Amino acid sequence: MTGMLTHADFKSDIKPVWCPGCGDFGVVNALTKALAKMELRPENVAVVSGIGCSSRIPAYTSCYGFHGVHGRALAAGTGLKVARPDLTVIVTGGDGDGYSIGGNHFLHACRRNVDLTYIVMDNRVYGMTKGQPSPTTEPDWDSKLSPEGTGLREFHPMMMALTAGANFIARAFTGDPNGLADVIVQAVRHPGFSFVEVLSPCVTFRPEQRDWKKLVKHDALKPATDIARAARRMLRDTGFDLGVLYAGDRRPYEPRGRREQRAVAALEARFTP
Amino acid sequence: MKGKVPRTVDEFMAWAWAMEVEAVERYEELAEQMLTHHNAEVATLFARLARIEGKHRDQIAQQMGWTRPPDTGSFHWRTPEGPETTDYGDLHYLMQPYHALKLAEHNEERAAQFFEHFAAAKLPADVRAAAAAMAAEEREHVRLIREWLAKYPEPEPGWDEDPDPPAVAD
Repeated sequence: MTGMLTHADFKSDIKPVWCPGCGDFGVVNALTKALAKMELRPENVAVVSGIGCSSRIPAYTSCYGFHGVHGRALAAGTGLKVARPDLTVIVTGGDGDGYSIGGNHFLHACRRNVDLTYIVMDNRVYGMTKGQPSPTTEPDWDSKLSPEGTGLREFHPMMMALTAGANFIARAFTGDPNGLADVIVQAVRHPGFSFVEVLSPCVTFRPEQRDWKKLVKHDALKPATDIARAARRMLRDTGFDLGVLYAGDRRPYEPRGRREQRAVAALEARFTP
Repeated sequence: MKGKVPRTVDEFMAWAWAMEVEAVERYEELAEQMLTHHNAEVATLFARLARIEGKHRDQIAQQMGWTRPPDTGSFHWRTPEGPETTDYGDLHYLMQPYHALKLAEHNEERAAQFFEHFAAAKLPADVRAAAAAMAAEEREHVRLIREWLAKYPEPEPGWDEDPDPPAVAD
């Protein structure tokens, strides 16, 4: 591809199989707009995912993609970025994939602060496996698979990201794809590990989430550079406050010239005729 | 648009064009979604709406004598998306033509209000005249959609009940 690219150039020919009404359509829309806005090229971007409805995203873009193992998207994405720091690495997934089986990877990815962007499409349910409660499901969510609710306190991804060391933390909503695109641009441009929590309704198993568009508060969060201030702001969080919560200045993990890169170079040399 | 008002007819029509482009792209996407879920009737309807909006988009470009698309990269709508763009979240896989046309009616109504706002604003006379003309066109679209809607009675409650639902109970 040559010349200026539009968002359509970042979409593949594969059509999404998500349920009509699913929030994840808004993420493909926003992600492709963001990549076009940053004037990146598909061959310089890798989209890495785990398992779940939202993890289908790599196939729907024209970038390099890796649809990996459940909960291990961040491990794969981190390895890729360390080996190929020239690539823009976007890791995508859902709340089940990222906060349950992938919860430990999430914490340590925040701590390592490798320069990549993690977009989590949070619908507070496991959609692909037919509607089980996820780590972000409300304790009293009464469903066929969790009668009277789990009674378990929900995970707070933004607070966890803040305490674990993520360098950029934001929340966006799929009903505002243009606003989400702007947040993704900021996240990718910010050095280090950027975490974007995206409220993405599952209209099939959580039809009440269609009302999220009435609950979200645009620009309610203002970027803080002070962790304590950001943490205090989170104590007043409604779960529907949108915007950038934190933009820190912690130095990202810099793989250039380190042993990991030398190992990759040695490996490549073995395959070079 | 956030923090901006159109000062020239060229700028104003670029917004109008951007609105139509976004609406066309969305209707095309919605048609694909419905096709994927074997709802051919609504897929055909969304594809038809995309073609109608596409004609409006091309008509604006022709009227303005643009040989290449205007730069719309820095545009930001006041609403999350353009006034004529259907919200992804308003779809259902069992929806019927009536529901699709209600969405189209809502979009055309918002588009008319958007242009009426500029037609009544403190702007140069030629911009206000262009806005009034666009508003009149969108009002005509509202009327046509309502005519179209009259062919489809409102579905009975329960239209979204699936005898073979995706949620498992045992």
